[in-house]
Amino acid sequence: MRNLYAIYRKELGHYFVSPIAYVVIGAFLALTGFFFNFFLNAVIQQSMNMEMQSMRFGMPPDMDVPAEVMRAFFGLLSTLVLFITPMLTMSVYAEERKRGTMELLMTSPVTEVEIVLGKFFASLSLFAIMLLPTAGYLVFMYLRSDPTPPWRMLLAGYAGIILLGGALLALGTFISSLTENQIIAAVLTFAAFLLVWVLDIGSNSSSTLASVLSYLSVIRHYQDFTRGVIDTSGLIYYFSFIFLFVFLTVRSVDSMRWRRA
Amino acid sequence: MIEVQDLTKSYGSVTAVDHVSFTVNKGEILGFLGPNGAGKTTTMRILTGFMPATSGTARVAGFDVFNDSLEVRRRIGYLPEAPPVYPDMSVETYLDFVARIKNVPAEKRADRITDALEKTSLADKRFELIKRLSRGYKQRVGIAQALVHDPDVIILDEPTVGLDPKQIIEVRHLIKGLAGTHTIILSTHILPEVSMTCDRVVIINKGKIAAVDTPQNLTSQLKGGQRIRVEAQAPEAALRETLAQVPGASRVQVETTRNDGHVILSVEAAQGKDIRSQVAARIIEKGWPLFELRGVSVSLEDIFLQLTTDESSQAQPAN
Repeated sequence: MRNLYAIYRKELGHYFVSPIAYVVIGAFLALTGFFFNFFLNAVIQQSMNMEMQSMRFGMPPDMDVPAEVMRAFFGLLSTLVLFITPMLTMSVYAEERKRGTMELLMTSPVTEVEIVLGKFFASLSLFAIMLLPTAGYLVFMYLRSDPTPPWRMLLAGYAGIILLGGALLALGTFISSLTENQIIAAVLTFAAFLLVWVLDIGSNSSSTLASVLSYLSVIRHYQDFTRGVIDTSGLIYYFSFIFLFVFLTVRSVDSMRWRRA
Repeated sequence: MIEVQDLTKSYGSVTAVDHVSFTVNKGEILGFLGPNGAGKTTTMRILTGFMPATSGTARVAGFDVFNDSLEVRRRIGYLPEAPPVYPDMSVETYLDFVARIKNVPAEKRADRITDALEKTSLADKRFELIKRLSRGYKQRVGIAQALVHDPDVIILDEPTVGLDPKQIIEVRHLIKGLAGTHTIILSTHILPEVSMTCDRVVIINKGKIAAVDTPQNLTSQLKGGQRIRVEAQAPEAALRETLAQVPGASRVQVETTRNDGHVILSVEAAQGKDIRSQVAARIIEKGWPLFELRGVSVSLEDIFLQLTTDESSQAQPAN
């Protein structure tokens, strides 16, 4: 446990002593800030138009502005996550192997599980740190809304994005452990992300294969969370996904001993 | 402290280490001498638990390097070929991290770090980022890293590579100072380094042990006779014949014959004989102008040639 914490501390520190964390977080916040503002304006504009129409035609306006904004915003977050997580994970093992510091870790009294979990939780923490300020936008909107939307929508949405991010980070760190080259790691990670993303492409078809594939898509379960639903099947899906790739990473790190270095 | 028995490591069809056996006693400095690709690094990586052996056993402080890997790793400090440093960390943060993963208790950490910094004369670079340090200082950080948890066994893979002569001397002093309380294995391809620091030497070539002995015995045994380099203006064949007749000269080899008639050749003398004055006398007698005559010390290259061509078939580890 103490070893895990030492690795975790070093990894998280590494993000912040190098420019990676600042650049990624900065770009992420600039984009989310811009789009939040854009969505909010667009939805408010739309609701005002509808209200004017209702005055003319006497139809009751039926629009939940905060829910609309949040649906659009969480959709945006998932897209940005697709692009940003490969940058967070590409160097996790690739750089360590290239610098020869993997040799230090592997000749220290630290187990592979401790190395892998320490690194995984560090990347997940950075991801959470990156997301945290965006909650401020939504909290601001909540406090300005009347009636205040249910807080569980906000919590479910963030639970969803953390689980989605966790799944992608687990997959990304696994790919990083397979190569010494960061660029290859980033490209392969991005390709793998797209693949697990678009598995639900046939979700409208009724064949068994299509529904199985659609169940395996990382994005399908996320959509439940953004509607405020914390579904156990979604939780089980993401935890299994993370467990699988953390496990594969442990095996991959272990196999570095057997490969010719 | 370290027992290695029939250690073999093969990568596919290539055998990097071939039935290597040796022991290192507590407090001893053992030198691993061999050309590049001889299997030094592979042997060290097996000892540190970085990679498993194909067959054979190795024990450090009584623990098997494969089955009790964590126990072994707790007792070992290891400097790989390239210092395993994180460029973005400061020297102190880095050593703190290493101390943590080497299980140094929190209350001892600060003292251990200060001690390692002092031993490697890094105290004034404590807060410097590692990427701003010169090659030599990085190497010292690598050594400090191997010392920080005060391990019983220290394994150093070419610790003086990339250092300037002054730093090399400092590192050798440091290593000598660590002996006694620590058991040390270091690898090198520099012969004087071995004779200056090590108690015993393992000469390894193509994965096999060519010799195990003290540096004194090895050098006297290997140096054999003396070699003399001669430059004179003379007919090549006549000169060679004349020198071959000098009593004690075992082999005369012409290296080059220049256009201006200068012949450069080397004469090997039998063990314990100094034939320089006789060589000079013979050349002068013949009336040939003598331009140069000097003794050439035997290089590591020659020792390897000697060991691998003449003795490798019968040489067995003496220990």
